[in-house]
Formats: sequence, structure tokens, C-alpha cells
Amino acid sequence: MSTSAIVTMVFGMVAIWGGLAASIALTLRRSRATRASSEPR
Amino acid sequence: MDAHREEWGSRLGFLLAAVGSAVGLGNIWRFPYVAWENGGGAFFVPYLFALLTAGVPLLVLEYSIGHRFRGSAPLSLRRLHPRAEWIGWWQVVVCFVIASYYAVIVAWAAAYTWFSVGTTWGDDPDAFFFGDYLAASDAGTFGGFRLGVLVPLVLVWAVTLVILGAGVRRGIERANRVLIPLLVALFLVIVVRAVTLEGANLGLQTLFQPDWSRITDASVWVAAYGQIFFSLSIGFAIMITYSSYLPRNGDLTGNAFIAGFSNASFELLAGIGVFAAIGFLATSRGVPTEDAVSGGIGLAFIAFPEIISQLPGPSGLYGVLFFGSLVLAGLSSLVSICQTYIAALQEKFGMHRENAVVVAGGGTALVSLVYATGGGINTLDVVDNFINLFGIAAVGLVEVIVVAWLLRELPTMRDHANATSDLLLGRWWVVALGIITPLVLGWMLVDNLRLSLAEPYGDNPQWFLLAFGWGIALLALVAGILLSRRSWPEEVPLQRPPDPATPRPEGPGR
Repeated sequence: MSTSAIVTMVFGMVAIWGGLAASIALTLRRSRATRASSEPR
Repeated sequence: MDAHREEWGSRLGFLLAAVGSAVGLGNIWRFPYVAWENGGGAFFVPYLFALLTAGVPLLVLEYSIGHRFRGSAPLSLRRLHPRAEWIGWWQVVVCFVIASYYAVIVAWAAAYTWFSVGTTWGDDPDAFFFGDYLAASDAGTFGGFRLGVLVPLVLVWAVTLVILGAGVRRGIERANRVLIPLLVALFLVIVVRAVTLEGANLGLQTLFQPDWSRITDASVWVAAYGQIFFSLSIGFAIMITYSSYLPRNGDLTGNAFIAGFSNASFELLAGIGVFAAIGFLATSRGVPTEDAVSGGIGLAFIAFPEIISQLPGPSGLYGVLFFGSLVLAGLSSLVSICQTYIAALQEKFGMHRENAVVVAGGGTALVSLVYATGGGINTLDVVDNFINLFGIAAVGLVEVIVVAWLLRELPTMRDHANATSDLLLGRWWVVALGIITPLVLGWMLVDNLRLSLAEPYGDNPQWFLLAFGWGIALLALVAGILLSRRSWPEEVPLQRPPDPATPRPEGPGR
């Protein structure tokens, strides 16, 4: 594979799969934070 | 209003159902071809831009409408504004049309899962598919039922109706909890095998080689928006219906990002698997990879059987995995499409779920028999083309224009999404939906209209295009308007309910 094809493949993977991982991580982190703040002390 | 409304058992259950709806046959056979045809690796730039400026914003809008008004698409839009109900019915009728032929493609895939065991298609998959299997007759003729299509079609409908009959939580959610992880696992095996084949690197080179000169071509951007729009199940009632079963504290924006990126992730995975396999096919044939590229039905039922036949080792197993994946992806999408009109009929006609499943699901199954005939593939091709171009795209455009510009409801929908979500929407969301999405969808619709009027679709007779192409697309609109004129049962509240998340003055209602 040419360098330009490898670069766009890696870009696509990082942007799309990274976007999914970031969405899940961000949502889970905030959900935990929300749950923790709403629990009675 | 919704004291007895079913709800998803968990957030994961909703997400798997939403992803299951979005991930369908188009992810596997449409995305790789569209990406290759529109600049290869360079296509990722407009594709990601379209995902963030149309895909995710539209998902948030539809989630907000369904979650805020807690009804099927017609009822939710009726509660949004009395004059918006017809849009919901138009969407629901489009879904009915799509379900009728989508089930047949799933049935083909089911038959091919069986054929894979002995690579029944032999040395000429093209002749086998159109000749031996479909025994395709000329456009405009029907030519009797084809048993090889009819039997798996009955099975597909039986499974679909059983899932739908069991309800949202016990049927749809439970089925997707099995179907989606299994689909991902099967497809991972397919991709790993494909990238280890001889010539796979040539296929990947063909898919990812960027042609940056295409980035300034408007048609490439329209193709990217079209791919996002058609593959995410937006604009045709599904996401409104599914989000209406979310509990009150559902995180709408977070869910939209996860569903949007999950769908894109599967498309990328499919692109890698499909093009690696195409590279292998081109190497076996001794031709340039570009000559082996195909998409749609040709890719699935002609190119892939040829690839499977030429694989070293237990090739039949690979075929079972590939066509089994198509069946799983198709079933989860088919269930979501049918759920839109089953929910709408339940509410509008006060029907029990089981009755609605029998009447609506059974009705679609009967209509789908038309596509199990010798002329079925021609009819399917024409109906699919016109209902996509002038059904889904048109109703999606109308929905956005009405909500954003005529009713000016984007701020209230944004408030609702923000009040229930952890990720907050900014001004970009209103700009994306109010300006970018209608402009691109409008352009796409006008361009498709121009092309369709300039040249008849395929080698079909004019009467056939008028009846099964233009006619069915127009019939969906007319049927939608007529259904919206029928009154609702007394027990269904139609007034705009107060928003528990962001209390506002009451709007229009009955």
C-alpha cells in the first residue's frame, strides 16, 4: 500500500473508531458523575 | 399520557436496537462502493463532516421529538403541531413499502447462507443468481412464484413477527441483544480472514488511495450526506418511534453520538472486509482491482459467491459467515422498520399489539409476495430506487423544513435534549439542522429529480416506472395525508404535553 493510502486509512480509523470510543467514554464518565452526585450521603 | 407505555429495559438495550436499525445491508454493500467511487480515502473528510453536521444532529432531533412527545411518529408529530401529523404518516407508509421488499433481500441472504454450504452457485454465480435461483422474467411481467425465494421469505417473516409480537422490551430489545453482538463477532472473523488473503493489500490500496482533487466536487459531498442520511435510519420514523420508549432520564445527545459513530464504525469495518476480499478476487482473476469492484446486489450475490468459491480451505464456512451476517443485519433493520407502523396503528386505531402485528406485519408479508415472483427483482429495483430518492429523502427534507422553519421548534427541541443529556448542544446544532441539512437534502432531491426526468431508470417500460416507481412514491404521500385525516381514539391525548424537563407554556393542541 502507498503511504498516502496508509495515512488516510489510519486517519479514518482514528477519527471513526476513536470517535466511537470517545463518545462512549465521555458518556459513561458523565453518567457515573451524575449518579454519584445524586446519591444520598 | 404514557402511564402504560412500554420502555426499554436499559440504555444498552436502546442503543443496541438503534444501532441494529442503522446497521443494515447498506453498510455492507453500499458504503464501500460509494467511498471508492467518491475519492477513496479523501471521502472520509466529507463523510465525517456529514456525520457531524447532519447525521448526529438529525438523530438528536428525532430522539428529542420521540422522547418529548412519547408516541409513534404520527402521534409525536401530531403533539408537536396538529398540522405536522401527515409527515409522520408519510414516513410510516414509506416504511411499509420498504419493509415489503427489504424482507425479500433478507430471504435471498438466508437462501445463500444455505447455498454456501455446498457452493451451489458453481462456476457462474451471475447465471445462477438471475437464472437458476430467481429465474428472473422481463420487467413488467411477474412470472409466478419462485419457491427458493418464497420458503426463506416465509421464515424471515415468521421470525420478524415473533420478535415484534413479543413487544419492545421482551421482543425487540432481547433480539437485538443477541443479533448485534453476534453480527459484530461474525463480521470481525470475516474481516480478519479477508485481510489475510493474497491481494488484500491491493484492495485496501484501491479503497483508501485518496483522490484529493475530488474534494472540491459538489457531487462527492452530496454522496457523503446521502450515505449518512440513508444508512442512519433517519428521516423515516424509526428513531422517533424507538426514542419514544426511552425512560424520562434518557441521555439523548450522548445516545445520538454513540449510535452515529457505531454505525460509521461498522461501515468502515465493512469497507475493509469487502475491499480486501475484492483485492483477492482481482488477484485470482488476474485483473486490476478496479475491474472487480461492485456494489449492491451484484457485490453480495455475484462477486462474493465467486470470492467464496475461490477461497483456499473451508470456503463454505466463510460463505455461511458472510451471508449469515447479511441476515442478522437485515433482520434487525427489518424489525425496526416494521415497528414504526405497528406502533402507529396501535395508537391510531386503538389496536392491541398482537392484532397490530398480525394486521400490519401480516399485510406487509402478503405484499412482499410480489417480490417472490420471477419479475420480483425488477419490481424491487424500481420501487427501491424511487422510494429512496423521492420517499425517504423527500420526507426527511420536509420534516427538517417544517420543524426548523415553519414551526420554529429547534430551540425547544434543543432545550429538551440539553435538559435530558450530559453533552450540551450549542448553536452549531441549530445551524446544522436549520441551514446545512435542508440545503444539502434539497440539492440532492432536485438533482435526483432532474436525472430521473432526463433519463428513464434502467431498461424498464415507461408504464412500469410510472406505476411502480413514481406511482408508489406518490401513493406513499397521498396515503400519509389520508391517514392523518382520520380521527384519533378519544383515550389518546393529543394536546402538547408540558415538558417535565423544561417547563414551557402549552402550545397548540386539540
